[in-house]
Amino acid sequence: MTALLELDHVTLRFGGVTAVDDVSFTVEEGEVFALVGPNGAGKSTVFNLVSRFYDPAAGDIRFMGESILKRPPHDIARLGIARTFQNIELFEQATVLQNLLVGRHRHRGTWLLNEVLFTPFVRNEERRHRAAVEKVIEFLDLQPYREKYIAGLPYGVRKVVEMGRALALEPKLLLLDEPASGLSVEETQDVAFWIEDIKKQMGITVLMVEHDMHLVATVSDRVLALADGKMLALGTPREVQGHPAVVEAYIGAHAKSKVMA
Amino acid sequence: MDVLQLVVSGLANGCVYGLIALGFVLIYKATEAVNFAQGDFMMLGAYVCLGLTNEQFLGLPFWFSVPVAILIMGAFGYLLDATVVRRMFGQPQVAVIILTIAIGFVLRFVAGLIWGHQPVSLESPIAGRDVRFGGVVLGLDEVAVIIVTVLLTVLLYFYFNRTRLGIAMQASSQNQLAAYYMGIPVKRLNSLIWALAGAVAAVAGILFAAKGSIEPSIGLLGIKAFAAAVIGGFGSLPGALLGGIIIGLIEPFSSRYLAAGFSHIVPYLLLFLILVVRPHGILAQVHSKKV
Amino acid sequence: MRTVFKTSYDADIDLFRHSAQAGWYVLLTVIAVALPWLVNTFWLGEATNMLIWAIAGMGLMLLVGQTGQASLGHAAFLAVGCYANVLLQQRLGLPFILSFPLCGLIAGIAGVLVAIPTARLHGIYLAIATLAIGILIDDLIVVAEPLTGGVMGLFAPDISIFGLTINRYGNPWLLYWLVLFVTVLVVLAYRNIQRTPLGRSFAAIRDSEVSAKAMGVNVAKTKAVSFGLSAAITGLAGALMGHFAGIFNNETFNIIISIQLLLMIVIGGLGSIHGAFFGAMVVAVLPQAIAISRDLVTGALGMGSVAIPGMEAAIFGIILMVFILFEPMGIYGRWLKIRTYFELFPFYRRDMFRRQRSYLKTERMR
Repeated sequence: MTALLELDHVTLRFGGVTAVDDVSFTVEEGEVFALVGPNGAGKSTVFNLVSRFYDPAAGDIRFMGESILKRPPHDIARLGIARTFQNIELFEQATVLQNLLVGRHRHRGTWLLNEVLFTPFVRNEERRHRAAVEKVIEFLDLQPYREKYIAGLPYGVRKVVEMGRALALEPKLLLLDEPASGLSVEETQDVAFWIEDIKKQMGITVLMVEHDMHLVATVSDRVLALADGKMLALGTPREVQGHPAVVEAYIGAHAKSKVMA
Repeated sequence: MDVLQLVVSGLANGCVYGLIALGFVLIYKATEAVNFAQGDFMMLGAYVCLGLTNEQFLGLPFWFSVPVAILIMGAFGYLLDATVVRRMFGQPQVAVIILTIAIGFVLRFVAGLIWGHQPVSLESPIAGRDVRFGGVVLGLDEVAVIIVTVLLTVLLYFYFNRTRLGIAMQASSQNQLAAYYMGIPVKRLNSLIWALAGAVAAVAGILFAAKGSIEPSIGLLGIKAFAAAVIGGFGSLPGALLGGIIIGLIEPFSSRYLAAGFSHIVPYLLLFLILVVRPHGILAQVHSKKV
Repeated sequence: MRTVFKTSYDADIDLFRHSAQAGWYVLLTVIAVALPWLVNTFWLGEATNMLIWAIAGMGLMLLVGQTGQASLGHAAFLAVGCYANVLLQQRLGLPFILSFPLCGLIAGIAGVLVAIPTARLHGIYLAIATLAIGILIDDLIVVAEPLTGGVMGLFAPDISIFGLTINRYGNPWLLYWLVLFVTVLVVLAYRNIQRTPLGRSFAAIRDSEVSAKAMGVNVAKTKAVSFGLSAAITGLAGALMGHFAGIFNNETFNIIISIQLLLMIVIGGLGSIHGAFFGAMVVAVLPQAIAISRDLVTGALGMGSVAIPGMEAAIFGIILMVFILFEPMGIYGRWLKIRTYFELFPFYRRDMFRRQRSYLKTERMR
């Protein structure tokens, strides 16, 4: 297995706060890698670094062997990295279908002139995109919501659409930012199944931030625990859950003895 | 001497712009709304004072009309927010901008209806008089403008930073929901802010009217004041004044030393430049969104 | 709502959702083409004026309604298109058939030039920057007097196409059909933009720049494209405006016109082509409506006719205030609600169209 994403001693500071402190890890191709940690640990910040919304103060980030630090944010999708957002950044005034179609932007084969004229080539491309999006709709069972505007949809459905939009990109690496937050038990189970299918059937590598330790334990191959921007433990879910530093960060030193590994 | 005259008259104009800009920033800081009718508030304030003072209307004594006009405009601002702008609570920013543009149109029309479209002068005791020191002759009205503006700015600064009400206003401007939870009556405070902006606009209007004649379209000065607020820094009270003074000073000098027609352009060129280079203005207060 | 049973992806891609909808628009087009036979010359002129404003409205709508970028100075592009068109005909001797598309191109380039420095600006700052541009163009036209005729303005020559001479008073029918033709082209182009990745990327920028970037949309470049297209369409409207008015100067394209254009599309309904047309109808019809009602009022009360300056603007302002307060979705929004009411009767719910309100400052920032 080759390393798909590498963070190499990455540090990021916001004014006086060090949000990410000398973090290094590798995500292997085909695995599901989870980032865990208490709030403010820097997990979403790592995502935003990979998405190139921030520039690290030190360190390198490599995707498929090449550094991405010189690339602007909109190039990241073209490389094959898709992401979801913690607070759902969908296009509110558009339908689910239109949102998913924007996910296809990376595969746009048409340009200004023939789009305005709507040549037959453009029509064929539109059919191709529509078919690709339909596959995502089938995978996520979004059929009843195709023509609905996001503004009227419940939270659970929006999270699914957000994931669908990222999948429509046909990425190599999928960044999921708290995919289960705010979801019910059944919805979280659905997410677990989807992540498994994404990994096994679609061959997409998944890097996710998550608080739900049960979900993490079920789907992840490896876990990295962060706290205050620093790395605490890296390993299988079991190893990390039982690691003393992790327990201390989550629960506190006194309760260490009461935790079952 | 010549240069000093230019400076003083430029400063005086700049103070008027600055006061209008102050009104913009007051409302923007507290409620995030941009009141495009602020210039027309100024115009209305000038006309209300004129309507109270001038012989052809009510003919009341000047020093009586001034505080009354300020109070009336304060009440007007309060009512406008309480009845109209408050309904836009929670809606996108553009909606309020458009609303206030429309209000400006209506105010201009109403002023013309009540007081006519011919230029009129405010009969004030300070008009036309001079002040002399050290061999220099300056217009009393212009000096008065500068002094009043400085006083008002200092007053407002202390109000916002030292009084409970001022701090409450700052709090509600940053997070309306949290302010509610803290027991701050956000909607009423917002209306008070509008009242304050109306009063400041009235002062600006009276000072402007004392310097020269007025007509309903002077509200369009608001656009220049707007540019001033942006140049100085759109979230900053001293910035608003600074921006106004900058524009006020640039105007006479550029019309004296540059080719004809260019003096018009300079404030807006400067505005555009600032927006491109340092959009948040000279005394910037920057915010960003966390994703 | 009528349930559309789709059997192929083309149903999502086509211009019309179902054949009945297509039928209505065909009927509308037929009436529009037949209009010269149905109304007198005066109302035909009004219709031509309305169509020109609709084109300008669509130009601005593309930028504001579709891409979410504020523009308070769009009359600048009306001016660029108008002056470019006339100057190309007068100074370079180009025929209308060349100068017209070229003026659109020139206005488009002007739009891109405006977009480049303002790409990082949002919301109120972008509005102010465009306001500054609008004012600057007004002054620049005066300053560039040798070229533009300054305050005296320019005369627009008659349009000459394939040997036909078209002007407003000579043959209003031909002018009307020319304007109608351009309108239909612009509508088609707009619809095509809406249903392709370009239009979707515009809407993405409007709703969430952050995730648009994450999906691979080059925000700065796409904004420039949007500005360019918007300016080009508005420029074409400006050129037609020049020919329609016959004479124009810097005052024809002042900041009040810019603001009026923006207010117009808000009244019409932000985000839809219909909005541009409804707004244009209000702008075109309003002066006549005021004149007619004033005659009625003064006739009924026996007073002499009183012309009050600024009344038109004030009434426009009042209409706008009413809409912003009670029907932010504009005329088209109200029309949609009425139609949905009847389609769903009696199951219509008022909250179906409720807009989300946001109370956090951070939520409102983009």
